[in-house]
Amino acid sequence: MSEIQKVDLTNVKPYGDTMNDGAVQLSFSLPVPYGDEANEAARQLAKKMGFEEPAVVYSHDLGINYTYFVMYGKTVHSVDYSSIEVPKVDVEVMEHHDIEDFIKDNIKRDVVILGACTGTDAHTVGIDAIMNMKGYAGHYGLERYEGMQAYNLGSQVPNEELVAKAIEMKADALLVSQVVTQKDVHIPNLTELVELLEAEGIRDKIVLVCGGPRLSHELAKELGYDAGFGSGSYAEDVATFVVNEIVKRNLV
Amino acid sequence: MSKLNLDSNKIEASRASARNIAEDIQNFIDEHTTVSTERTVVRLLGVDGVDEIEKPLPNVVVDNIVEGGGLERGAAYWIGNAMLNLEISPQEIAEKISAGEVDITRLPAKDEQEIKDVIHTVAQEMVEKILANKKVRDDYIEAFGPAKTPNLYVIVATGNIHEDIVQARAAATQGADIVAVIRTTGQSLLDYVPFGATIEGFGGTYATQENFRLMREALDEVGEKVGRYIKLTNYCSGLCMPEIAAMGAIERVDMMLNDALYGILFRDINMQRTLIDQYFSRVINGFAGIIINTGEDNYLTTDDAVEAAHTVLASQFINEQFALKAGLPEEQMGLGHAFEMEPTLEDGFLLELAQAQMAREIFPNAPLKYMPPTKFMTGNIYKGHVQNAMFNMVSVMTNQGIQLLGMLTEAIHTPHLHDRYLSIENAQYVFNNARHLSDEIEFKKDGVIQKRAHSVLEEASGLLQQIEREGLFQTIEQGKFGGVRRMRTGGKGLAGIARKDSGYFNPFIQMMLGGDR
Repeated sequence: MSEIQKVDLTNVKPYGDTMNDGAVQLSFSLPVPYGDEANEAARQLAKKMGFEEPAVVYSHDLGINYTYFVMYGKTVHSVDYSSIEVPKVDVEVMEHHDIEDFIKDNIKRDVVILGACTGTDAHTVGIDAIMNMKGYAGHYGLERYEGMQAYNLGSQVPNEELVAKAIEMKADALLVSQVVTQKDVHIPNLTELVELLEAEGIRDKIVLVCGGPRLSHELAKELGYDAGFGSGSYAEDVATFVVNEIVKRNLV
Repeated sequence: MSKLNLDSNKIEASRASARNIAEDIQNFIDEHTTVSTERTVVRLLGVDGVDEIEKPLPNVVVDNIVEGGGLERGAAYWIGNAMLNLEISPQEIAEKISAGEVDITRLPAKDEQEIKDVIHTVAQEMVEKILANKKVRDDYIEAFGPAKTPNLYVIVATGNIHEDIVQARAAATQGADIVAVIRTTGQSLLDYVPFGATIEGFGGTYATQENFRLMREALDEVGEKVGRYIKLTNYCSGLCMPEIAAMGAIERVDMMLNDALYGILFRDINMQRTLIDQYFSRVINGFAGIIINTGEDNYLTTDDAVEAAHTVLASQFINEQFALKAGLPEEQMGLGHAFEMEPTLEDGFLLELAQAQMAREIFPNAPLKYMPPTKFMTGNIYKGHVQNAMFNMVSVMTNQGIQLLGMLTEAIHTPHLHDRYLSIENAQYVFNNARHLSDEIEFKKDGVIQKRAHSVLEEASGLLQQIEREGLFQTIEQGKFGGVRRMRTGGKGLAGIARKDSGYFNPFIQMMLGGDR
């Protein structure tokens, strides 16, 4: 029985069914009419992307002189996994009831959290998942947490209104959800909120968090937020960060 | 013949409750008008265009009326009076107001009957134009034959109307029956309708009359090529609800999202304002042969699809009654519902099947707009494609009318060209492969499916009775729909409402409805 090759973490390649075979599947369309020339164009393009033995396994006429391709290829590229560092929200995530106990023991008062989809964004699915009583996929939302006053302001909340509410409610934390990120519309909107909070002199008194499918912690930090949460984050992740940050920054 | 063995007395009682709920609100509606309703009258009297700061002339006219304290009399009165005084067209009046040469409420008052007569003549032209459009649509459908049901409905959303046209032409070629141009995010909150062709938008494209015209032209052209009439959908919702209905009627849009409850709950539009607006918009849609799509499916994205199923049904009953009040026939009621249950739920497919069949049996003549999974689409495009296939299966098994195709890339981006192809192929495969399945199956007596339908109907009936007692406004204030709470005097657009005075008239209500409201 022959031994199988072991992974070299300084030189990682995609895996199909054999170590380092580099197997990748990809699909895309080209604005050219369906036919042999289209397939050849797709093949040449895949070669330029760094794929060896590119194969068009399926192509389809999309009408109006566009063609869709499904392809396989073997990439020549690799990455050094051992040297990778990804900035992350660096706290150990607590469970729902542990967070409630943490508030009782360390903050000793209700934590006020406001959430909103700001600017023109009307997609509340993210903020609802984090905040609403029901939560998402079995993870209860912040509204259900004892020791938290959580208010979901809903969609299309202007930054000015959110800041005014934050002052009125003496908010400890603001959660901003941005789902629509087409043409980077979320960037100036998120930046504006930071500027408004700074202008009001309350930025350092507030834990500022953003979230959304296209948001990373790294981008959030870059924009002047304390944390960013992407897809797959639940209420516990956000709550753990917020309560820890309140204690850490002595905002109790 | 019912497959679900639903209690017809319970259905009738629910309908009666919904009728009383709608009647109660209709009394309120009939006593009021809004700035957007009056701008619609102005548009239907032929006023179009913008001033030098891009402000639409219908806004210029109605703002001038509001400044003069004349909103409660209605725009038709003031325009008619100005026509008699100045002997010029409504468009010329609008231009003169814009130039500061006319203050419409400061002209000498003419005889009321003469005002009505002169307005009637102008209004008649528009009514005939809309009827002619309707005939063009009917002729096309007669020539090509109706589309197979469930109709394949896809969206385009590039932000640029010209790019949308490329995508729409491809979709039609691939087999789509209906193309919806998603609106740019935020348009529902604008208290005016932008003007002209637009090439910039976020998550969608501005609804403008010129964009409607361009897309209509493109769909007619590709429709003739493929031998099918391709229906065009847009969004008759938000603060300009009735204006968009008018624009759609003028440009032969075929389908309109049109639901006040949706705007109240999900866009925080003031409930009084939008229910008044909805009435006139539905009168126009009904008259123009436009199928409306209601937004109940959205309740299931913010609330739980199993627990909140009855709120969808209750809302469908209410929407049906509001539509009937506006003269909109059942055949034009695309009542909304959705396939939104958590995919890991055991027997979830059975529950979805029960609810879809229930909607079919309770609203037998309505085309029913069935919405795909969105809430539990994850970015795993392969699983998403299977979820969509399950959704398509329920639809063909229960004879839904309008199938809004799910995209495997839902939750990632607005559809790419090939996403749409893959979803059309998915639907065509399932629909064709199981075309007559619904004729072959019955559901087990008192089995999971029948019981589910009974319990949803039971709960909906209870909710309707409660709303009937407490009133629709109060129910919304309590957060009964979609788990979203809205206040009667909250939200956007409240300032644009006025109570009609005794001299108020809107010629189009009577002409389109054949009655007086």
